[in-house]
Amino acid sequence: MTDEAVLSVADLTVTIGTRRGAARAVAGVDWSVRAGQTLALVGESGSGKSMSVLAATGLAPRAARVTGDVRLLGTDLATLSAARRRRMRGRHVGFVFQDPMTSLNPVLTVGRQIGEASEAHLGLTRRAARARAIEMLELVGIPSAAERVDAYPHQLSGGMRQRAVIAMALVCEPDLLIADEPTTALDVTTQAQIVELVADLQRRLGTAVVWISHDLGVVAGLADTVAVMYGGRIVEQGAVDAVFAEPAHPYTAALLAARPDPDANVTELVTIPGTPPSPLELPEGCAFWPRCSVRGDSRCERELPPLVPVAAGHQVRTFYPRQPTGEDR
Amino acid sequence: MTRFILRRLLQSGIVLLGVTLVVFLLLQLVPGDPVRVALGTRFDPETYEALRSRAGLDQPLPVQYASYVGQALTGDLGVSFRSGRPVTEIVLERLPATLSLAITAVVFALLVAFPLGVLSALRSGSVFDHAARVFSQFGVSVPDFWMGIMGILLFAGVLGWFPPSGYVALTEDPVGWASHVFLPAVTVGLVTASILTRFIRSSVLEVLAEDYVRTAEAKGLPTRVVVVRHVLRNALIPVVTVVAVQLASLLGGVIVIEVLFAWPGVGRLTYDAVQARDYPVLQGAILLVAALFLLVNLLVDLLYARLDPRIRVR
Repeated sequence: MTDEAVLSVADLTVTIGTRRGAARAVAGVDWSVRAGQTLALVGESGSGKSMSVLAATGLAPRAARVTGDVRLLGTDLATLSAARRRRMRGRHVGFVFQDPMTSLNPVLTVGRQIGEASEAHLGLTRRAARARAIEMLELVGIPSAAERVDAYPHQLSGGMRQRAVIAMALVCEPDLLIADEPTTALDVTTQAQIVELVADLQRRLGTAVVWISHDLGVVAGLADTVAVMYGGRIVEQGAVDAVFAEPAHPYTAALLAARPDPDANVTELVTIPGTPPSPLELPEGCAFWPRCSVRGDSRCERELPPLVPVAAGHQVRTFYPRQPTGEDR
Repeated sequence: MTRFILRRLLQSGIVLLGVTLVVFLLLQLVPGDPVRVALGTRFDPETYEALRSRAGLDQPLPVQYASYVGQALTGDLGVSFRSGRPVTEIVLERLPATLSLAITAVVFALLVAFPLGVLSALRSGSVFDHAARVFSQFGVSVPDFWMGIMGILLFAGVLGWFPPSGYVALTEDPVGWASHVFLPAVTVGLVTASILTRFIRSSVLEVLAEDYVRTAEAKGLPTRVVVVRHVLRNALIPVVTVVAVQLASLLGGVIVIEVLFAWPGVGRLTYDAVQARDYPVLQGAILLVAALFLLVNLLVDLLYARLDPRIRVR
């Protein structure tokens, strides 16, 4: 699976020095994504899903210490100079962040912001970059692109801005697109349009996508593989159909059960009791144990379960995998 | 844009009118009779009354105010009680000294504060950052007159590099002007530089934490481009305001420094006018300072509209 991976990380660990000690945001994570495929990283806030991607691509905060093996297009990023690593970003990896209100520079036109990466990486002149920006705006479905290219971010709606951000990320036709909760800040109808747009562009350009989300509904319709993260570790990963049809980890099962069902006439939402562990004081054993409905035995409290296969290409980190029953969604 | 300028000009005019009212009323509250002071030992009731009525001081207050504003509109700010010369002339002849000192001080301050503030933000927590913070703390806390005295002692006294005080007009002798302006400008400028360094540092730090800076880094742009195009373009917008406020307050004259360096500026004039209870001159000086302040603010608003597209649309 890893041989033709666009981006693969192995044993990735991110430790962040804070005033109250070292916080282990990501603790030994492995995943990879192939060309044309979508990997979804799913988890609650603070589960380490965004941090693992930012760290892999060199965008982790300064206070973070990153270890592990990261390969982009077969190149070990650790062997590259900081400047070479920087040039990989934008050229081979494009990013779409959560909030299009804040991820665009308010004093530059969207056209300039879309074009500047092509100036830096493809050596386009400013005029050519502007033409390229218009093409990109058309590609992401912004009407009257030739006029919008000179608009400032505040002159566009939220959905338009996120389209512009996607245009920005794809301007150099990167091999990988990283989408960090790109629909969270948008209203529901716009969300659907953005998801559709990314899926469409992926089909046309053959880009690999890492989609970070806590929205299982989005993930189900979009991803090929999914990795569920909890407390800085992957607790379950596999093909999206397999994981969603037969979740083996109690956490994944609880997440799926917590999805509101639009058809059912529910008065109360199903929740997972408790809160995720602080990365400052991760438990010795299974991080989910305090909230777990199975709550096996003291072994779960003391010993970290390994990531073991339950089926072909489907792995889970628990001593008590749920038996396939066929009644889960 | 023209409408914007016209509206701002009108607003400035109203503010200026308010200033004249406040100044006028304030001076009514100040104890002491200017005519009595002007006459001194030559006081006799007849001359006193004659002078009072010639200055219009025997009229009711609203009449006095109306005639003051009416004359001010034609550029006539009255005559000095002390010298008998027109106030407009007295005030305007002090302007070049104050302007040249204020502008030199602000330019010096910017030359120091800009690199210091930007670099210490980009390398926050480094030795350089700590040194810059110590410098700005020093500049803010040490009184400027003390720094001025130390400057005179060292550079004029011990080293003899610069004259200790005095003023030469820039138009008459640029080199003489430069050597005379150096010490007072550096003294005033160090305080301004300290304030600006802190402000620029925190403004740059704030922008560095913005999402769009991360976006720029995610595009793999060279660091220079990220810093100049994305960080500084945004961080320096609020700095413009602070620079303008500093400049405007220096244009009002730095009284202590002007007195210390025998610099014949507006600050010195204000000081002397207060001492002599020379009301017309004091009014004129305050009015000039207020007008300069408003002018600087107007320029800042126009500059803001150039720098920030979010303001331009309105």
